Amino acid sequence: MTLETLLIVAAIIFCIGLYGALARRNFIAVLMSIELMFNGVNLTLVALGRYVAPYAVQEQLSAVFTGQVFAVFIITVAAAEIALGLGIVFAVFRSNESVDLTDAAALRH
Amino acid sequence: MLTESLVWAIFLLPVASFLLIGLVIRPLGPAFAKTAGYVTIAALGIGFILSVWLLRSSAHGEVYDFAPYLWLGLGPATIEVGLLLDPLTNVMLVVVTGVSLMVQIYSMGYMDGDESFARYYAYMSLFSASMIGLVLAVNVVQMYVFWELVGLSSYLLIGFWHDRPAAAAAAKKAFIITRIGDVGFLLAIIYLFFQADDFAAHGLNALHIPHIWEAAAPVAAGGAGIVAGGALVWLCLGLFAGAAGKSGQFPLHTWLPDAMEGPTPVSALIHAATMVAAGVFLVGRFFPVFAESEAAMMVVALIGAFTAVFAATLGLAANDIKRVMAYSTVSQLGYMMAALGVGAYNAALFHLFTHAFFKALLFLGAGSVNHAAGTFNMMYMGGLRKAMPGTYWLTVIGALSLVGIFPLAGFWSKDEILLESWLAGGPVPASISLLVFAMLLVGVLLTAFYTYRMVHLTFHGEFRGGGERELHDAQEAGQPAPTGVSHHMHLGESPLVMVIPMGVLGFSAIVAGWLANPIGVSSIFGLIPSHWLTEYFASGLHDGHHAPPFSIPIAVVSNAVAIAGIGLAVLTYAWPRPFTTSEPLSRGGPLHTLLAQRYYMDDLYEGVIVGRVFYRTVAAIADWFDRNIVDGIVGLLGWLSRNIGGLIALAQNGQVQTYPLIAAAGGLVIIILYLAFG
Repeated sequence: MTLETLLIVAAIIFCIGLYGALARRNFIAVLMSIELMFNGVNLTLVALGRYVAPYAVQEQLSAVFTGQVFAVFIITVAAAEIALGLGIVFAVFRSNESVDLTDAAALRH
Repeated sequence: MLTESLVWAIFLLPVASFLLIGLVIRPLGPAFAKTAGYVTIAALGIGFILSVWLLRSSAHGEVYDFAPYLWLGLGPATIEVGLLLDPLTNVMLVVVTGVSLMVQIYSMGYMDGDESFARYYAYMSLFSASMIGLVLAVNVVQMYVFWELVGLSSYLLIGFWHDRPAAAAAAKKAFIITRIGDVGFLLAIIYLFFQADDFAAHGLNALHIPHIWEAAAPVAAGGAGIVAGGALVWLCLGLFAGAAGKSGQFPLHTWLPDAMEGPTPVSALIHAATMVAAGVFLVGRFFPVFAESEAAMMVVALIGAFTAVFAATLGLAANDIKRVMAYSTVSQLGYMMAALGVGAYNAALFHLFTHAFFKALLFLGAGSVNHAAGTFNMMYMGGLRKAMPGTYWLTVIGALSLVGIFPLAGFWSKDEILLESWLAGGPVPASISLLVFAMLLVGVLLTAFYTYRMVHLTFHGEFRGGGERELHDAQEAGQPAPTGVSHHMHLGESPLVMVIPMGVLGFSAIVAGWLANPIGVSSIFGLIPSHWLTEYFASGLHDGHHAPPFSIPIAVVSNAVAIAGIGLAVLTYAWPRPFTTSEPLSRGGPLHTLLAQRYYMDDLYEGVIVGRVFYRTVAAIADWFDRNIVDGIVGLLGWLSRNIGGLIALAQNGQVQTYPLIAAAGGLVIIILYLAFG
């Protein structure tokens, strides 16, 4: 398993997520796509932390796990974000009776 | 003994009176209004005593020139505050405080019961203080401040009854027209200011009046010769423009007849005796400067003489008694200017002195008549002689003095002017001087005519109904009620508080001329040396111009012309066909219409210059510029931001996914650019 493979997989996951976030009309599907994008990024961080960082900063042990630590942070933040996002979805569903993202367009000019 | 602080007191007392009335008495309410009158009278009474004492203690023509207080030091030119006491100032002080005192006493009766009694006296005090400050000023800028202050108080007093539209309009007109002249005065001051370095090189201050005299005198005559040639002419014309505005000289005379909308005592004091004479005073003050420029003197002489005749013709056709007097004032001021122009400095100031008394008297008489008849329109007067004999005889004295009948005050001064212009010894060419003489003689004839007409229509014949009748006629004709006319009539003599000041002025109108004592009759005038007043004026000048000896032929001619004028008026109005209701002069047809319409000069100014040139041309262009260019730029900015905003707002479509799409596209562009060029 090389760094390259990992980065390509991460990019594919990110792009699938991006496509979903931009193209899907279902609110929940968009949230799920955003999770995919997060995970794509997480994979990049972990992979780079695994393959690149130890050579870059050999002397400082604390810096070796930077990428992994970041990934853990992102997982928690993503969990909080999804909780918030679902709250918004419920609020929108209550007023719109739909989870179609294109219907929630009241905040335009 | 001359004490500076006592001279300052003449000026500061009315200032104090103004502040006291304005800040204390007037807020206390109408119950204390009478006090305002007493305060003003006391201030001016003391001022008058001090002025007479000042005149006595400097009776030999000493010139005192104090400039102790520095106001602003502007490099070489400094604006200082001080006193210039020369014969001109001393006599002006006596005239201003004396006439003002009489008018204030008279006003106690005339303004009695007016709801703004205290305000009236506050303004009157302000005016007196400004006028005294004007004649005392030693610095041009100091003078200019008071010059504008008298203009301001004149504005306030003309518009005293500001709820009358005519009064408000007249006040505005007076203010604007005099301001046109004042621009000339201001330009003259600015010119002097820019010459400050030249003045300083000779150790002179460009704004100090005696230094300006010195600067204008040519080197040959012991002066500095700094201002000469064309600049001197323009300097004089600038000063004369200011003087012409203030003194109602042609073509800036139109404000003075309208100024009669103010209370009659105001007309007597400000628009007859003192303020309008400020223009003559200004030219007199700078006479040593004018005297160096023949061209400027010619302008002054010709404008003065022309005004004297021109205004007298206007007096022929006016029906408002105060307007007749106003034109007469303009005409007499023309005499003074003409006299200054032909070099008769002392005769001009002598006429200013006598004119102040008899013209104030005539105006107070007009006020007294108005009190009785309720109107100023002479067509509704008549026959008042029996009802008010005191006013009648005093008015006759004033009228004869105005006409110039021997031996009243007006005769001596007018005779002196005629004599000097006949002798042609001044700086202007003899032909100009003789032309002025001829014009002034025509003026005498016209003066006699309109003065008799005024006396006849007011006092002789049968009473024609007064204000009540005038209001009735206006109602019948369906016209709005004329302003200032009231039903209030009581055909009888005015109260003593009004008649006594008129008596004092009447006495002055008889004897004021004897102060000059031109004949030198020692037995009657034992106290007064020959030519005293005229020589006194002349002693203020460096090259004292001496009064010529009295000339019997000129006196006979001027009296004969005056009597001829009266005779013509008698033939027109009294005998053989006495005046009833129709104006005999209206048989003059278009000529009379021309006079009654005041040569259409008001129409020219208001209709053509203001209406067409200003409103329709200058104002229209400015309006167009404002609407299209100024507003256009503002509008364009608004339009641009609104439309650019609209353009940007298109992106704000409310679709959540559009925003990350744009962000992603932007990110992609950055990445591609980085990969391609990074």
